[in-house]
Amino acid sequence: MDIRWSWIESHHDDIWENTVQHLQLVGASLVLSVLVAIPLAVLVYRSRTASGITAAVSGALYTVPSLAMFAFLLTIFDIGFWPAVTALVLYSLLILIRNAVVGLRSVPAPVRDAARGMGLTRTQTLLRVELPLALPSIMTGIRITAVSTVGIATIAVFIGAGGLGELIYNDGIQRGLFLTPILVGAVVATVMAILIDVALLVAERLLTPWQRARSRG
Amino acid sequence: MGLMADTVTAFQQNDGWGQTATHVRLSVTSLAIAAVGGITLGVACAKIGRGAAFAVTTLANLGRTIPTFALIALILAVTSLGFWPTVVGLVLLGLPPILLNATTGIREADPGAVDAARGMGLTRTGVLRRVEMPMAMPLIWAGVRNSSVQIIATAALAGVVGAEGLGVIVQSGLANGQTDVLLAGAIPITILAVLAEVLFAGAERASTPRGLRLARQPSKGDL
Repeated sequence: MDIRWSWIESHHDDIWENTVQHLQLVGASLVLSVLVAIPLAVLVYRSRTASGITAAVSGALYTVPSLAMFAFLLTIFDIGFWPAVTALVLYSLLILIRNAVVGLRSVPAPVRDAARGMGLTRTQTLLRVELPLALPSIMTGIRITAVSTVGIATIAVFIGAGGLGELIYNDGIQRGLFLTPILVGAVVATVMAILIDVALLVAERLLTPWQRARSRG
Repeated sequence: MGLMADTVTAFQQNDGWGQTATHVRLSVTSLAIAAVGGITLGVACAKIGRGAAFAVTTLANLGRTIPTFALIALILAVTSLGFWPTVVGLVLLGLPPILLNATTGIREADPGAVDAARGMGLTRTGVLRRVEMPMAMPLIWAGVRNSSVQIIATAALAGVVGAEGLGVIVQSGLANGQTDVLLAGAIPITILAVLAEVLFAGAERASTPRGLRLARQPSKGDL
């Protein structure tokens, strides 16, 4: 393994640019997939039919290998940022929905009844009681998804969306498996995944102060 | 209609059957090694105790943060583009799901059943072989299922990096911007992944001991 440090020094700007692009891809996908997954999870939680259909569709999407998924999207859409985000969102749905549903189903029935008894409507119960109590499980789903999205986003280079895949593929693989850019891409992506995971863990702690109170007491 | 016919032609022109055979050989070899290694290590970890299980889980979680595409490219760049280097990469990625599920499966085997078996005079090996393993089997098959889909997907990426397999066809389609060639690679890759998923989901169901089937039924196939 010999790393060419001079390459890294002369490509500072590219590395930075690809890192920012990668973050944008991951950020946009995460936000969008949460926005899509939570309403679907609520639907699944409330209806048996929706549960079967969503399980089948999101499970099937999850099975499609990422390279094939990007290839399929490439035949439907043009290249670019949003088609890549679409692929990343499709991958995130299964785990996000599954975790949110598990969280919602684990809300104790007496808690739900108490909320209803206090006069909260179904929507209020959902927003003020059920979703907050499901939050730890939802956050676990988001963390798993975030880490895998950082990884899959490296394949977005094939759909012209840039990101760290550019270092790995354009600068590395296509130039006779030039090791240095591949390694840089791998290291930056790994560090990014770990940092996002830690940030989300901290966010979870801040959002669910009652959990800490419970474990302390 | 035109695109479908073009895709079939592209599949034939790009040695589709040959690449499919290579893809299957790569995946099956890697999965077999990952399964034997993962189950052996998983049982060992479960027997050693909580520390080992924790170490393995932490290591697997850390490993998950390295993008598979980068990892397979790194391995192939450092070694060579042959069959066995690719297998090494695929085994590395396919091992964790099986290992983790085997550890969890054995550790979470019903303690009551284990005690009963010990009380009936089964040896430690007897308990492992006739009680713990059967109870862990569905989870182990679930691990094999995840691992197989992962291996087939990563083998495709290895093809893009320059190894053999169906990824080579996708790579050629990408390089020349030809939709039919792209599909001639992507469709068989997807079919292989779906087949593996269906096959091992069946094994998962079939391996559930009859006594446990009723108790577990409601959660199957649901979200």
